[in-house]
Amino acid sequence: MNKIASTLGLVTILTLPTLALASAAEARPVTLTTQLRPYGGNGAYVAIYLTDAQGKFHSTLRVAGSKAKYYTHLRDWARGRVGEAARIDGVTGASVGSGQTLRVTVDIADALIDAGYQVRIDTAVEDGRDNPAEIVVPMSAEAAGRPVSGRGYVAAFRFDM
Amino acid sequence: MPRLLHSLLGLLGSALISVLAVTGAYLAFDSVIERARSAGTAGGPRSVATLAEIVQSRHPEVERIVRSASGSVIAYYFEGDRAGAELLDPVTGQAISPHEPSQLTRTMTNLHRALLMGDTGRVITGICALSMLVICISGTILLATRMGGWVALLRPSRGTAVQRLHCEVGRGAVVGLSLSALTGCYMALATFGVLPDGSSSVASPRPTPSGGERLAVSRLAALQSIDLGDLRELTFPYGTDLTDTYTVTTVQGIGDIDAATGQLLVFAPHGLARQIHETISMLHTGKGLWPLALLLGVSALGAPVLAAAGVLIWWRRRRAVPRIPQNAAAKAADTIILVGSEGNSTWGFAVTLHAALTTAGHRVHVAPMNNQARDYANARRLLILTSTYGDGDAPASAKSFLQELGRTTPLPVAVLGFGDRSFPNFCKYAAEVDASLRGRGWPMIADAWLIDRQSAQDFAEWGTMLGAAIGTPLTLVHVAARPKTVALTLSQRVDYGAESQAPTTIFRFVAPPTPPHAGLWQRLRGPRLPRFGAGDLLGVVAPGSDLPRFYSLASSSIDGVVEICVRKRPGGLCSSFLHDLQPGSTVEAFIRTNVTFRPGGGTTPLILIGAGTGIGPLAGFIRHNRRRRPVHLYWGGRHPASDFLYEAEMKQWLANKRLTRLVAAFSRVPGGAYVQDRLTSDAVELRNLIQHGARVMVCGGREMASGVAHALGAIIQPLGLDLANLKSEGRYLEDIY
Repeated sequence: MNKIASTLGLVTILTLPTLALASAAEARPVTLTTQLRPYGGNGAYVAIYLTDAQGKFHSTLRVAGSKAKYYTHLRDWARGRVGEAARIDGVTGASVGSGQTLRVTVDIADALIDAGYQVRIDTAVEDGRDNPAEIVVPMSAEAAGRPVSGRGYVAAFRFDM
Repeated sequence: MPRLLHSLLGLLGSALISVLAVTGAYLAFDSVIERARSAGTAGGPRSVATLAEIVQSRHPEVERIVRSASGSVIAYYFEGDRAGAELLDPVTGQAISPHEPSQLTRTMTNLHRALLMGDTGRVITGICALSMLVICISGTILLATRMGGWVALLRPSRGTAVQRLHCEVGRGAVVGLSLSALTGCYMALATFGVLPDGSSSVASPRPTPSGGERLAVSRLAALQSIDLGDLRELTFPYGTDLTDTYTVTTVQGIGDIDAATGQLLVFAPHGLARQIHETISMLHTGKGLWPLALLLGVSALGAPVLAAAGVLIWWRRRRAVPRIPQNAAAKAADTIILVGSEGNSTWGFAVTLHAALTTAGHRVHVAPMNNQARDYANARRLLILTSTYGDGDAPASAKSFLQELGRTTPLPVAVLGFGDRSFPNFCKYAAEVDASLRGRGWPMIADAWLIDRQSAQDFAEWGTMLGAAIGTPLTLVHVAARPKTVALTLSQRVDYGAESQAPTTIFRFVAPPTPPHAGLWQRLRGPRLPRFGAGDLLGVVAPGSDLPRFYSLASSSIDGVVEICVRKRPGGLCSSFLHDLQPGSTVEAFIRTNVTFRPGGGTTPLILIGAGTGIGPLAGFIRHNRRRRPVHLYWGGRHPASDFLYEAEMKQWLANKRLTRLVAAFSRVPGGAYVQDRLTSDAVELRNLIQHGARVMVCGGREMASGVAHALGAIIQPLGLDLANLKSEGRYLEDIY
């Protein structure tokens, strides 16, 4: 129970306004912008999550794609979040179409910024590729606002604080 | 019950099910083609390790090898920052072509799964699959019932061409369609998690590998033991990360392989649910079982044909049966009325009879003769009202009656025939039905009665007789339904024949003009005539009468006028009414098509034969002979100075070659002759024309027609032909009044 509470305190989502307010003092809003390539297939499943410096899963920021049975194709994220299964209800949305941009704002605790954590993105498309950890960016003030591209479906990803 | 379910679901679902069927057929054939492209895959002689080694030597950054359900093998790799994929020859491991998922196949797949509508569409397709299953089952029950039992299910089908098409295609496709529908239902339920599909949304945690230097992929013992035929997917460890493993998914389960030792670290076998899901997926898609894919694809193509034919059958059946208030159910009724009707006139009498019997306290069921049931549980009598089609054939709503008569339990029965005594085969079909019933030993309530020209009086008499026979006094007052008419305005009349005591007039009417300020709705809905052609009939309803009189049309819609040619008959209500009309006055009239009396296409000569007002439709054919087909007109009148109808036009048509030859015969001139006399004197010419495929069309009075038939019969006899031959080929057409 303690563990759940602390996780919620560190990473909360704007769609949960009470929690966002409660943690406003030690967290700040971060906008994540993920633009996909025009790969021409069905909507992509995308998982945006935080890991520590060694790549060990920390928490989920956002999942695009509503059918849970396809989550195993987001391989690194799916393997990392074992045990976190119940905690993605508020952060899932529709899959992201070819060439589309996913823009979400999440509250990230100050303690996770410039502390060696990384933002990672896994992507997967039906009858296409699975791209685990396609994007790996340090969760730092320095990396903020700088677009990076992946080798799979992500044309550009940036986060702004 | 099966029929109601079958019709209802079929009608509601026909469009959507056809979309699913056509896309399904596409996908099935696509998978067969896909399999053919990566031929010879069954198992393959190589282990997964060997194949992986070959691929990796070509693409060091190979990321994943996937073997699809239809057997094609695709490798995904990176070259620098460029992602690539290629279709592999599973035997040699060499690339066949770059792998580019087809846009069309993807669209077809999404259409088939969800009609491009996401989860809403998935629900709809699921409902369609269930409907299809019910349609297949009810259709099989209906077919068995129709054929006379399950053992007769494969016998040749009967009925109209569309019914036979529906039966034959249905019989061929029902197995494939049922399988598609049943497995489709499962797929829909699995998609929404109602049934388990064995997939897990939670990955197994990453095992801890030894972390040593990686072995060459071909030396991994665990991969060497996996046959290519069992492979689903092999994922290579990422980059240079020594803590990552190979992940392999096979038919049996999913496992992780230590990249340094080649040993299987963990292996999770697929659960039963997943195995069931894979088997059902294979049965639904035919992937990995190409003969099944072919069967499913071909069967699916039958679905739109079945839908179209089914809707047509339903529409015809519905149109054939008027709405009958208080129609009792077949099993509950004490009196059954079966109706054989080609147009709809006989139904009017059935409705009158039904109403009278119902008022008298009977429970009465009315149905077309084609819909006879096997067993009328509570029926005490059967009344058959039927017209005759053509030369004694069954009318449309009775086509299958005699064939299926043997299956119905006999009841006391009476037959009432409708026809026209002036035709040689008056009520022939009714007589045939009567004889068949007697032959099968059905008890007769009364001898067959025949009603001439829809006589309400004859009908009332029959009602009195029937009432006495069944102990229920019956008064049948039949009022023919008045057809829906349009008011036509007389624009021109050309009078002939006053001198020969045979006043004959060509009338030209126009449809009422649309008022200049009419709105769009008024313009669309305003009174108007349907399209018509020369040879169709104009029904004229004279004031004070509900019975229309029919006149052959001498014009077509495109002429902009409605033209008929009418002789005034002494005491004739309608002809007198018409002859008294002055330009500007109106008549109530409607069109009845007469598709059997048409010159047809082609360039073979036409021999048109008519007398008196019979010239009307023939003149119409000549007027529209734009392609200058050879036309020989034989026409008989009384006196050239008095009733030479269309004389001026004839000269014009001869001049512009729309008419090849005109032979006129006049009876009231010195040495007078009838039209048949002219035929006989032209015997050689006519024989030659008929030998070369000419079509003969005769229009006029009955007496003239029989004279012409007699003369022509003699003319063609030397050819070894008779009129019956010509009629059966559609080369001898009559419009007789």
